[in-house]
Amino acid sequence: MFTLEARTLPSVRAMWLAPLAALLLTLLGGSVLFAAFGHAPLQALSVYFLQPLASVYGIGEWLLKATPLAVCGLGLALGFRAKVWNIGADGQFTLGAICAGGLAIACDGFIDAESLWIAPAMALAGIAGGMMWAALPAWLRTRYGSSEILSSLMLAYVAPLLLGWLVNGPWRDPAGFNFPQSIQFADAALLAPLHEGARVTLAFPVALVLAGLLCFVQRYTYAGFRLQVSGEAPLAARHAGYSQRAAVWIAMLTGGACAGFAGYAEVAGPLGQLQPSVSPGYGFTAIIVAFVGRLDPRGVVLAALLLSLLALGGEAAQMTLDLPAAISGVFQGGLLCALLACDTFVHYRLRRVYRKPAAHTS
Amino acid sequence: MSATIPRLELRAIRKHYSGTIANDDIDLVVHPGEIHAVLGENGAGKSTLMKIIYGVVAPDAGELFWDGQPVRIHSPAQARRLGIGMVFQHFSLFESLSVAENIALALPDAPRPAALAGRIRRVSADYGLALEPMQPVHELSVGERQRVELVRCLLQSPRLLILDEPTSVLTPQAVEALFVTLRRLAREGVSLLYISHKLEEIRRLCDQATVLRNGRVRAHCRPAEESAASLARLMIGGELPATRLTPNALPRTPRLVLDRLSRTADGPFGTPLRELELCVHSGEIVGIAGASGNGQKELLEALFGEVALADAAMLQLAGEDIGRLGPAARRARGLGMVPEERLGRAAVPARSLADNTLLTAAGHGLVRAGLIRRPAVLRFARALIEGFQVRCKGAQAPANSLSGGNLQKFIVGRELAQHPQALVIAQPTWGVDVASAALIHEQLLRLRNDGVALLVISEDLDELFGLCDRIAVLAGGRLSPVRETGATDAAELGQWMGGGFGPVTAAAAPGMRDVHA
Repeated sequence: MFTLEARTLPSVRAMWLAPLAALLLTLLGGSVLFAAFGHAPLQALSVYFLQPLASVYGIGEWLLKATPLAVCGLGLALGFRAKVWNIGADGQFTLGAICAGGLAIACDGFIDAESLWIAPAMALAGIAGGMMWAALPAWLRTRYGSSEILSSLMLAYVAPLLLGWLVNGPWRDPAGFNFPQSIQFADAALLAPLHEGARVTLAFPVALVLAGLLCFVQRYTYAGFRLQVSGEAPLAARHAGYSQRAAVWIAMLTGGACAGFAGYAEVAGPLGQLQPSVSPGYGFTAIIVAFVGRLDPRGVVLAALLLSLLALGGEAAQMTLDLPAAISGVFQGGLLCALLACDTFVHYRLRRVYRKPAAHTS
Repeated sequence: MSATIPRLELRAIRKHYSGTIANDDIDLVVHPGEIHAVLGENGAGKSTLMKIIYGVVAPDAGELFWDGQPVRIHSPAQARRLGIGMVFQHFSLFESLSVAENIALALPDAPRPAALAGRIRRVSADYGLALEPMQPVHELSVGERQRVELVRCLLQSPRLLILDEPTSVLTPQAVEALFVTLRRLAREGVSLLYISHKLEEIRRLCDQATVLRNGRVRAHCRPAEESAASLARLMIGGELPATRLTPNALPRTPRLVLDRLSRTADGPFGTPLRELELCVHSGEIVGIAGASGNGQKELLEALFGEVALADAAMLQLAGEDIGRLGPAARRARGLGMVPEERLGRAAVPARSLADNTLLTAAGHGLVRAGLIRRPAVLRFARALIEGFQVRCKGAQAPANSLSGGNLQKFIVGRELAQHPQALVIAQPTWGVDVASAALIHEQLLRLRNDGVALLVISEDLDELFGLCDRIAVLAGGRLSPVRETGATDAAELGQWMGGGFGPVTAAAAPGMRDVHA
């Protein structure tokens, strides 16, 4: 018999070893999986993890895909620390895209290559759009006590409908052969690639700066401390006089602002126009990213890179090895399960229990 | 007695918990019909020992004998089958269910509550434990709830009954009633294990006592032949520092004033507060006695500012109306506050002591321009740890790694270090070891002699009598008259706890309500 025993202090060693152990377990499990499909495990794993990073273009794609995950995940992680459950980052992302894209479309007639102001203006519009969409659940929660989990999630389904109506109706490109999409944004409204031959934009370094900023907020600002306390011990926060309403508002608006910025970066970057769908679920995957990153900004960035790589690897495996798309999902799921399982040992230790003589029976 | 076979005998019981020894080499003999006290401080190993007897945890070594036969008790169910019953310190009752439903849930054959009502009535009549089986539990007082727990055990005809700090929540009258029942059970041959740290009670009730300290038996004695002081010496292994209330000649000005403080109940099972009148002067300690559930929670929330009052003038600090201010604003004006729950309310459990200073002391130079000043926070925390003899692994130790007593010293110290004008403190020594309790009492008295107004809300009458200049009782959401401590006694306060002090606020004229009796 084995039993899990709570550690008095979380083990620092286990905290570092757990993700590595999880990765190792996933690689082992993946090898078995690939072998079952008739591929040499080592070759399959190299297709999965190395091939996507073998070219400048590949590395660019990796960082490009990690950017929205990281930015959304950073905002969510701050809120989750305060136990404010913003599930609707995907909707806030879409609203950010709509507002930023709308500005680009509205200004299309009078911007030229000299109009340096348009990019920051679009970023602000995107941030404002995301915050607006996040403000609705925040208001419903603080005013009427309704669960932000439900309201933010439902709004995440409303946002794409709004976008769909816009690109099918008022914002449809007149010269676009009736495709449901907007005009291509002017060059000044686009984020240029960081490196020739790659598509990753300035938004990725911005994500890194954001992570650093949020680290600072969590560790050195009193506002960050209050926010975390209101999540960790709501009664203590109440006793100390920290406002629960403020915590909800800050958490939701930060999450919305981050998601909105990510939406802007997506339409001003790789997409370059508004389409009926601007997010393949970045806002939802960001929830996983936030938790895999243990709600720590540094961890969130790493988790975003990991999930981005898994997605690219999945695509590569489909193309090169002819593996079904579901394999990518199975593999990702396996990694997350392994991470959670290994995380257990940060706070618990496994102990062998021997049947011992409690009292001698004669 | 020596001729009879002991009902329960423990030999050399030993139990480890990851590194610490909870019980070491414990011998205990309980005869039929004996009331046996198990005496010890918090952490002395009483609870672990009772859990071993009740089958909740298995000992690492040692033997148990039941009626002279060796046994191994694997589970509480088996303990109950043997005839061992236990009344817990914290009740495990469902508020929304009736008495009979609650009892039915705990019985092994799960009888229909209606069928059980007759048996409950019979047992409760037999033992003078008045209960109405169909009454919902949320309508019951604390004493009545304990009766439910007791009747629940008695219905299973126990031969050994374990009572864990049974009087900690009872009024003096209810304690007397409980003792009558317990003595009667003993006469009928039931053995009782009575866990407590209240020395006077043990001297009056118990035939035998086993004193535990640091997990070991320090003495077996007959409590009637000991004095409270000698029992205390056995229990803590040294002399208690005496806390003494000496009259001080400080000028008394009203500092913390409750002026017709009223508020609604907190949830369906709460108690509304009705026109509380009280004036705490500088340099005095006023105690509010009474069993919890009589508006204590509501009063504390109102004093702490967690709930704003309807009228700002209902609460005044040094002449200023603060009834509508939040906790932080009240603190900034010099109101110190120590709530009852240390972990989760007074401190964030998983955070370091350093971080926890920020909760209430952020305004004392620990934060500048929105940024936490780490060096100042560490200095503040270290000063507290040193100044209040907090035993811990340093300022970075998480709050939940400290014992109750040490954490309480830290929390009280945190408020004292802010030099409050008035201090509201709830259950200052609840679950605190005797030595820490003495230190906390000493600090509170020093604060009083420095001219601070203190309001102590406690269920522990002994503590209030030792600490307070004046005492009142909060019962049913109303405040009794305030008496000089020397001019009242446990009997009068006990009567007031039952609500027997008439309509105070209506009878007395304004300004006359709070004159010294």
